[in-house]
Amino acid sequence: MAGLFNWVSQIASIALFNLRSMPQRVGSSVTAVIGIAGVVAVMVSVLSIAQGILSTMENSASPNNAIVLRSGATSEMMSIVVGDDARIIAEAPGLARGEGGALASPELFVIINLSKRSTGTDANVPLRGVTPQAPLVRDRFRLVEGRMFEWGRNEVIVGVGAQREFEGLDIGSSITVAKEDWPVVGIFESGGGLAETEIWVDALVLQPAYQRGNSYQAVYAKLESPQAFQSFKDALTSDPRLNVKSLRESEYYAEQSAVLYNLITGLGTLIAVIMGLGATFGALNTMYTAVSARAREIATLRALGFRSGPVVISVLFESLMLALLGGVIGAVLAWLAFDGFRAATLNWSSFSQVAFAFDVTPGLLALGVSFALLIGLVGGLFPAVRAARQPVSEALREQ
Amino acid sequence: MKFLYLVWTNLKRKKMRTVLTVLSILVAFLLFAYLAAIRQSFSQGIDVAGLDRLIVRHKVSIIQLLPVAHEARIEQVEGVVDAVHQTWFGGVYQKPTNFFPQMPVDPEEYIAMYPEVLLGDAEREAWLNTRSGAVAGRQIADRFGWKIGDRIPINATIWTRKGGASTWEFDLVGIYDGAERGTDTSMFLFRYDFFDESRQFGQGLVGWYTVRIADPERSAEMVAAIDAIFANSQYETKTEAEGAFLQGFADQIGNVGLIITAIVAAVFFTILIVAGNTMAYSVRERTNELAVLKALGFSDRGVLGLVLGECFLLTAIGGGLGLFLGWLLVSMGDPTGGSLPVFYIPNRDMLVGVVLIVLMTVVAGILPALQAGRLQIADALRR
Repeated sequence: MAGLFNWVSQIASIALFNLRSMPQRVGSSVTAVIGIAGVVAVMVSVLSIAQGILSTMENSASPNNAIVLRSGATSEMMSIVVGDDARIIAEAPGLARGEGGALASPELFVIINLSKRSTGTDANVPLRGVTPQAPLVRDRFRLVEGRMFEWGRNEVIVGVGAQREFEGLDIGSSITVAKEDWPVVGIFESGGGLAETEIWVDALVLQPAYQRGNSYQAVYAKLESPQAFQSFKDALTSDPRLNVKSLRESEYYAEQSAVLYNLITGLGTLIAVIMGLGATFGALNTMYTAVSARAREIATLRALGFRSGPVVISVLFESLMLALLGGVIGAVLAWLAFDGFRAATLNWSSFSQVAFAFDVTPGLLALGVSFALLIGLVGGLFPAVRAARQPVSEALREQ
Repeated sequence: MKFLYLVWTNLKRKKMRTVLTVLSILVAFLLFAYLAAIRQSFSQGIDVAGLDRLIVRHKVSIIQLLPVAHEARIEQVEGVVDAVHQTWFGGVYQKPTNFFPQMPVDPEEYIAMYPEVLLGDAEREAWLNTRSGAVAGRQIADRFGWKIGDRIPINATIWTRKGGASTWEFDLVGIYDGAERGTDTSMFLFRYDFFDESRQFGQGLVGWYTVRIADPERSAEMVAAIDAIFANSQYETKTEAEGAFLQGFADQIGNVGLIITAIVAAVFFTILIVAGNTMAYSVRERTNELAVLKALGFSDRGVLGLVLGECFLLTAIGGGLGLFLGWLLVSMGDPTGGSLPVFYIPNRDMLVGVVLIVLMTVVAGILPALQAGRLQIADALRR
């Protein structure tokens, strides 16, 4: 017990002594802190882009909802569901019911060119033809400005993300489709989901404008409960009249975002690892410098009876403190600069734009700080061991 | 030469520090090179876009189709040399993640329009003689291990066949190479006549046109002339220079170039501080020796040059190795395992890398060097 106490008090006194002498080494300590802060800031920012896209996709999915596509189609962009099939799907078991009957909304999905506000260049903006069931199927649909379009009229409503990212989507302006002007009459939200990047119009208005006859591309359905999905799916799969596949919304959106999410996460991780390596070299440099500057002090302590364990731990402690400081600064910088930062990119799966906000989550912050501590650990370990191993007599003689 | 020896000996006195500094500089330049390749692949093909080529597509969006008859009408416009059509097939090979461009084209016209697509004469002949024949780019053929003679099933996600089947089988009759490093060799091309007679719907409709014009200087005028033919028709068009079209497409992904530049700037800033601090520290440490050198007759400028030279040597070794390793890493393949159409470091960026080595030397080394140059011998020796 006394031995342990002695050990701890040795660590504490060397660590304190180190910290007190830090002002003499401000330059190199600050360098290490800045290096680590830079790594963490870049890593957290890049990963927050991927997280933001993932959050948007997750916000789009409701556990009660399913989406039906032509079998073989990987997104609704490529799918076709003819009107008769849509009617059969609406009669399937397990669907929730509202005033207008089963909550199944056959929808059209096309894109139109609009200018991006940030660059002024063309972007593929999703234009969705919907039925009166569409707002009922989506729990989080809410008009925030203006009014709903009138069914059968050439009017559109616009998601808040689309309005923010693209030109000419404010209430009162209009989009040009099939040589007609379709005025924007309302702005809607949808819980931060994908629909917020879309423009909505009556499907019956969009069909003739795009020469689609009586066909749709996907059916969005609200089920009685998440458990009803299996029977709904089985009924559609076994119906010989249909050639469709049904997916839970959560599965569908996870698939839609997989390519983009993996690409950005992979790239972000790669950059962070390489940068982290750079910062580790920086931290090693700092700590070697710190240790060699104090070689004589450390040797004196050991000559006085301090053991090498506490010497190692105290050097590590200093390096971890610097790393922690750097990590926290980097994480906070990334959070201040990018949390909620809005952007839009092309989602390959649907060939259309998706607006999202960078999402610096507590998990990412923790990841950033942990990474910083790892750098501090590696950066401190080797110099610490060297300090402890150096023969006392040699170190005392050094200049 | 004797100065080089002096500089080298100085770097050797604290081996560990020198090695660590070189390594951190190496990492910065490695990242620079790697990110340059990433940026290049996101701005795919803009560098190799033909100045004399225009792209004609449906005005509302590129997913809207145009009649195949537009080709003849475009070719009638004075100043147009040739027009070819392409259509996005959008199929997948074996599984949904094996996603790459496939397009039905007219073989002869396509090869004439894109001289950067290099196909052997025998392979070209075979393609012209095989209705179900297809040619694949080198990159995509390598990715899936395809050989000439293979029968390749592609699952259509849009274009089902007559009768509703979604699997199309093609005979691989050729593999094309790119004339330039930036040429996209990830495409799979097959015959439009075969496609048109076999597809379930959409007969006579194509995706977009590439148009070659006689005089690139008149490109703006030609754009207006082509769009004017189809104005107020059911199929209005939007015509752009090929470069502008590709740029617009890259812009859709977001400003990737800007994001990457920001990351590289953050990395360099960080490394600059590390390297600058190391230099400053080693000069401070050697104040005495530098004063001795001056006492021996070294001029102020000589000492300044000595310190700067040391800094340059550090940066050049680290930067050179970093650029080389970056190049090595890039030639090992892209991070997505082959889904980026082009992945290489443009010469331009390599040159920028070399300029950065010099810049970094100056910025990181100038303060300590000036300090060393200004040393007063008497003061310094007394310290």
